This record gives sequence, structure tokens and C-alpha cells, in this order.
Amino acid sequence: MKTSELAKLPELKLVQAKYEDREIKNGYTSDLLSDVLANAGENALLITIQAHKNTVAVASLLDCAGIIICNGKTIPEDMLQSAAQENIAIFNTGLNQFAASHLIYGRLNR
Amino acid sequence: MPENTVPLSQSEKIPSLLEELIYTLKIRDVMTRELCTISRAETMRRAQALMKEHGLTALPVLENGRLFGIITVGDIIHALDNKIIEDKVEDQMTRNVIVLEDDMPLSLGITYFDRYHFRVFPVLDKNNKLVGIVTSRDIINKLLVEMNKEVAELEKLLPAPAQVNSYSVYKEFIHQKFSFEDAGVASGEFKKILQSKGFDAKLIRRVAVAAYELEMNLVIHSDGGKISMAVNGSSIEIAAKDRGPGIKDVALALQEGYSTANDWIRSLGFGAGMGLSNVRRVSDDFQIQSAPGKGTEVRAIINTGKENADENKRTGQTT
Repeated sequence: MKTSELAKLPELKLVQAKYEDREIKNGYTSDLLSDVLANAGENALLITIQAHKNTVAVASLLDCAGIIICNGKTIPEDMLQSAAQENIAIFNTGLNQFAASHLIYGRLNR
Repeated sequence: MPENTVPLSQSEKIPSLLEELIYTLKIRDVMTRELCTISRAETMRRAQALMKEHGLTALPVLENGRLFGIITVGDIIHALDNKIIEDKVEDQMTRNVIVLEDDMPLSLGITYFDRYHFRVFPVLDKNNKLVGIVTSRDIINKLLVEMNKEVAELEKLLPAPAQVNSYSVYKEFIHQKFSFEDAGVASGEFKKILQSKGFDAKLIRRVAVAAYELEMNLVIHSDGGKISMAVNGSSIEIAAKDRGPGIKDVALALQEGYSTANDWIRSLGFGAGMGLSNVRRVSDDFQIQSAPGKGTEVRAIINTGKENADENKRTGQTT
């Protein structure tokens, strides 16, 4: 599925809309950024509760297709700005990481 | 003194080094001290033989250390031409000799060459004793030697060629302690540079992972330091060097899961004890040096030749 299709899911709220619309092939769920760096695949959707600028840096380095911030965490302005600069979509959701992963997993074209 | 007829100053402007040399050097500094002379009673034939043997264009005529005259090539030709080659030297020598004093500045000596059109000048000291002989060749030789010395001195002042010159790309960033705002700037920039150079995406990912972890370490653990990327023909080197505090037990720090990060840093998703092992995993060659109180230096080398990396390293993924 594409990043733009994620935006249509009622559970997700697109909070950073300046992004490159890409085919999402993969996902990775983790709150440890070093773990993300070590293990996330290519064009992955990053599911995490780490709502800060460094998450964008990691996502950008790994060419992540987007970031989902779980548990309804507030996303700071500098994180949104940084993501806009890097053309990475950010979604906010009230779901936890487990539920969000389940929501996305079944919809990926594998 | 007709300044504008000095051969060396005929050009618009003498280079200042040369100018300084001809004003500071004295005639005694350039003259030849090994003298070949002849006495008045010898024959012109003997003079000719000496000049031929030693390759001279002039031969001073000397008696008890006093200069009486000089035999030039012209005098020899004249003697041969007029069949008086067996005559005594004192009868055929040039008597009006123009001499230089050993204490004269070289600049003045040079004007004599121009003014009198002689090729050779005997040199006398204050007591009118012959102490040397000067040809234009002596002057040129000495000037070249002196200029070489000056150039050698100047070269010493040149900064040593920087190591960066041997790399096709070199880029570095400085990170301050706890400057989380800047973390990711270096690795992001490195990534862009490598993308613009057309490097393979998987290779770029490995470099990016190594660079990001190392710059996070600088920000989280160090008192500030420098991260750099150097690209050469066959590899990319990411190096991080900090000012301290240094790692007490490097082997322990390399162990996955070991971290000294505080709770706040952990809450940000760092300090999981994976940083250095991540760097080591994506590197083809990994070196770390650290001493408490001094600082830490880490070098991660990633070969750019595709055959050099196994698939796991190239994807940057663990299995």
C-alpha cells in the first residue's frame, strides 16, 4: 500500500502532510532507535512512541516511507518541521504499537 | 654610479630576494680563493699552458703577494700572433688592471662588470694583497646557491600538505555535548554526498548507520568531538574523535546491551547499548581506541568494492 492510502485509515491522523508518496513494503516497530537503525528494512513504515526530532533523523537515514507515533503522544513542532524538510509523512494514532502494527501488517502487499 | 646599466637591474624590477642578496653579499663571499698565478719572469708560453691546464680566462701576475698585472686570453692570442710567445710575462701582460676590493658589496662589483667589459676581476684586500678572483660565473653560482637556501627556508614555512588531499571527498562536523538538535546532521550530509556520487543505496545505508551511531555517541557520551567522512578509491572511512571523558572498559562498551546512558537519554530511544556494536556490524574494518581522561577515537571503514561485503553487512540488517 502507498503512504497516501494510510491517510485514509480512520485510526490514523496525518499530522505532517508534506511527503513523498511511496509504496510501503515493510514495517518496523521499535522504540529503540539503535534497534531501528540495525534492523528496519527498506521503505519501511516506522511504528514507535519516540515523538522527537531524532526519530526523523533515523527515518531519513533509512529512507523510511513514514512514521506512526503511537499512544496519542504529542508531536513537537520541530519534529514536524524536520519531517517536512525530509519529505517524511507522520501519522498520529491513539493505538499502541502492538495494535498499530496489526492494523498495518495485514494491509501490506507482500 | 650609473644604476640603470647594472645588468641585473635592466629589467623593470629586480625580485626583492635577489636585490637583497646582491646588497648583502660581499665580493669576498663570491670570489674564488684558490688562485692560480704566474710570476713576472715566466714565459708567455708557460702562461698559456697554465691557462689551458686550469681552464682559465685570465691569470694574475704575482710577485711576493703583490699584483703586477694580468695575462688575458687576448694577450696570449696577441703573443702567438706576433710570435712572441717565448717573451717574458712582464713584457706582455696587461698592466692597467681593474681590481675589486674584497669588502665591496656584490652590487657594486656587478657594475664593474658592466662598466669595464672584463670577464675576470682580481680581488685585493685592504693591504692590496691578492686574495681572490671573480668571474661572472662565480657570481651566478653563488646567487643560485643563496636563492636555493632561501627557497628551502621558505618551503619549511609552508603548511604540511593536509591529509585530506589524498581523499576524493572529505567532510567533517563538530558536535558539542548534549547537542541533540545537531545529531543526525553529519550522517544526513554524508548520505547526501554519497547519493550525489552515485554510491549503492545499501552501501550508503551502512555508512549512514555507522555515522549516526557515532555522532549520537559524541552527543550523548562525549565532552564534544568531531566526526568525519573520508572517501577514497576503495573505501569510506567514518571517524569520530572526542575530547573525553574516555571509556574505562572498551571491551565492555562493545558488548551489546551495555550502556552508561542515563534514563532521560534512554527515554529518547538511545542508550540501548547497541551503538558501537551497530557500527562494528556495518563496518568492514572497525577500530576503537580510548583512555579515561583522554578521549575516544573510533574508525569505521566500509569498503566500496561490492565483493568486499557479505549480504548482511550490505543491507545493514541483522538476520
